[in-house]
Amino acid sequence: MAGHAETASKAAAAIDRARSQGRAALIAYLPAGYPSVEDSIAAGIAAARNGADLIEIGIPYSDPVMDGQVIQAATTEALAKGFHVSQVFDVVAGITSQTDAAVLVMTYWNPVVRMGVDEFSRRLAGAGGAGLITPDLIPDEAGEWMEASEKYGLDRVFLVAPSSTPERMQRTVDASRGFVYAVSIMGVTGARSSVSSAAKDVVSAAHGAGAERVCVGLGVSNAGQVREIAAYAEGVIVGTALVKALGDGGVDAVASLTKDLSTGLTRETGSTQEAGA
Amino acid sequence: MAQAPSGNADNNTAEAFLQGGSLRHAPGPYFGNYGGRWMPESLIAALDELEETFNKAKDDPGFRAQIADLNKNYSGRPSLLTEAKRFSQHAGGARVFLKREDLNHTGSHKINNVLGQALLAKRMGKTRIIAETGAGQHGVASATAAALMGLECVVYMGAEDCRRQALNVARMELLGAKVIPVTSGSQTLKDAINDALRDWVANVSTTHYLLGTAAGAHPFPAMVRYFHEVIGEEARAQILEQEGRLPDAVCACIGGGSNAIGIFHGFLDDPSVKLFGFEAGGDGVETGRHAATITLGKPGVLHGARSYLMQDDDGQTIESHSISAGLDYPGVGPEHSYLSDIGRVSYEPITDSEAMDAFRLLCRTEGIIPALESSHALAGAIKVGQRFAAEDAASAGEKIIIVNLSGRGDKDVATAAEWFDLLDKNSAESEIGKEGEQL
Repeated sequence: MAGHAETASKAAAAIDRARSQGRAALIAYLPAGYPSVEDSIAAGIAAARNGADLIEIGIPYSDPVMDGQVIQAATTEALAKGFHVSQVFDVVAGITSQTDAAVLVMTYWNPVVRMGVDEFSRRLAGAGGAGLITPDLIPDEAGEWMEASEKYGLDRVFLVAPSSTPERMQRTVDASRGFVYAVSIMGVTGARSSVSSAAKDVVSAAHGAGAERVCVGLGVSNAGQVREIAAYAEGVIVGTALVKALGDGGVDAVASLTKDLSTGLTRETGSTQEAGA
Repeated sequence: MAQAPSGNADNNTAEAFLQGGSLRHAPGPYFGNYGGRWMPESLIAALDELEETFNKAKDDPGFRAQIADLNKNYSGRPSLLTEAKRFSQHAGGARVFLKREDLNHTGSHKINNVLGQALLAKRMGKTRIIAETGAGQHGVASATAAALMGLECVVYMGAEDCRRQALNVARMELLGAKVIPVTSGSQTLKDAINDALRDWVANVSTTHYLLGTAAGAHPFPAMVRYFHEVIGEEARAQILEQEGRLPDAVCACIGGGSNAIGIFHGFLDDPSVKLFGFEAGGDGVETGRHAATITLGKPGVLHGARSYLMQDDDGQTIESHSISAGLDYPGVGPEHSYLSDIGRVSYEPITDSEAMDAFRLLCRTEGIIPALESSHALAGAIKVGQRFAAEDAASAGEKIIIVNLSGRGDKDVATAAEWFDLLDKNSAESEIGKEGEQL
């Protein structure tokens, strides 16, 4: 965002590559360590090779308040199998070494606090990671993270919601780096039959506050919904549907669902969001 | 102050207190390095609305009159301050006074907070409240307030707790609440809070989350304390009236810490009054099966606040253990973390066994059956009194200790009967007791 060297942002670069191809970017969420560390790497690589521009690797956490039942079940299973937070760096490195995708880590804040914000950031950067998506960290509390992310050149993806006031929207957009995560509805993660009309308003408000890249997540599960969002946002985030596919059909199912989702990315009008809009 | 500030406290504030400044009425969002709002953006607008509504209400004589009226004519306040003369003989001879929150309507201090928050919910035009509960005390109190004020009420409760506390589930349902068993995560109180937060995110336009303790995101810690400050204010005035002087020590139990912060608040600025918070030591802190968050936890963020937290090396929350469901929580309110760091309050663990001994002692010496939670404070008071005696036997009999008797033990009779092996092996009650049922 404003004030940062845009070229340094891996997430922004990945989104801009998609934009230059006249389409929105696809962001695929997968939990680290589910169903195993090896399979989560394989799933990330499969997603990246079948149309995902960015991969979002979730850290399994004991108290995931923004997640619905499918992701809760997957991350609880990963923890039960003995997943450790430091293994997320193996997953990130495993994917970045095999693909061109930008790899972000999605994490609740306490595991980062426990490791130390600087140490976590240093290791993430060392693994080739692009940055962090932080569902329970707002810019108001992000002093240490602002500092560490600058130091290691990492993206800061904060969330904005339908309930965000204009003041908070501005503050969050200003604090973000890479892209802004627009929560499509008031709720937790999980597939839904239709995309809320609130999503478009949130994206519009984020653009109005100066965000150049806004990606929409929560409730997106099929190519039709991807197409709908690709018409007004720079990126589309799919999580629960991919996690379910991975659980039901393994890595091959992730590959085929990603391929299918990516058919929705091309903007039918052919118009692209102008930088700085 | 006998103790020096320690840890990573906000030393400016600690210094200010030591130089005669005030620790009372800390407004949040931060208490030294603790507190704040570690919450999804989706909920920040609701927290802002709550904070604004609360701040306006606090300054509104009409609101304060409503609270005073409910406290007097519904809850039965002021609660008594009862001297426990026979119990005192076991506390090194110190005179022990009990602040009788057990005599409030619904049987504990919880009513103070639920009435205040339910009024705020109505002020915000919300028609539905949600709450979490462990054993059911806060759930019952929330259902009570909802019934009184005509609000819809949904209570989240761990599935295992629902089974063990079947009668409290029935009690909430009698009061018109809907109880939802929580099957996510470890299926305990912390997961009930998680599910309540998920509900709140999805229904925030109609719903107020009536959090039951002085923890969580700002403004909850300062707001819940505000509604419980009446405990400390009454206790301070009562001991001055009855004895003409301040107590030497005040003891309270700590789970999230709402009853403790309520009574401590009245004495925070009285340096001569030693304050003690007693955490649940479970099977013993050396066993790992406990809920001694401040004693053994490390700072972290959970449920919206930075505070001491029981967590592993990965920052995953560790499950807590206590015979007392009301103390069985791996977190603690942020103001307590701060008061510990600056040395104003001493926090110590009390084992299940010590608490149960104190439970039986109060039953037999005073004819009062205390809640298992409050029994931790009683056990702590015995230790404090014995320490006074060890320091100076001659003056021990002149020492005054106030214990916040935060709740009554009717709900705990089956657990206690099982603990003390009072039940016929073949009785239905024995079967219930084995399941940990609290009647």
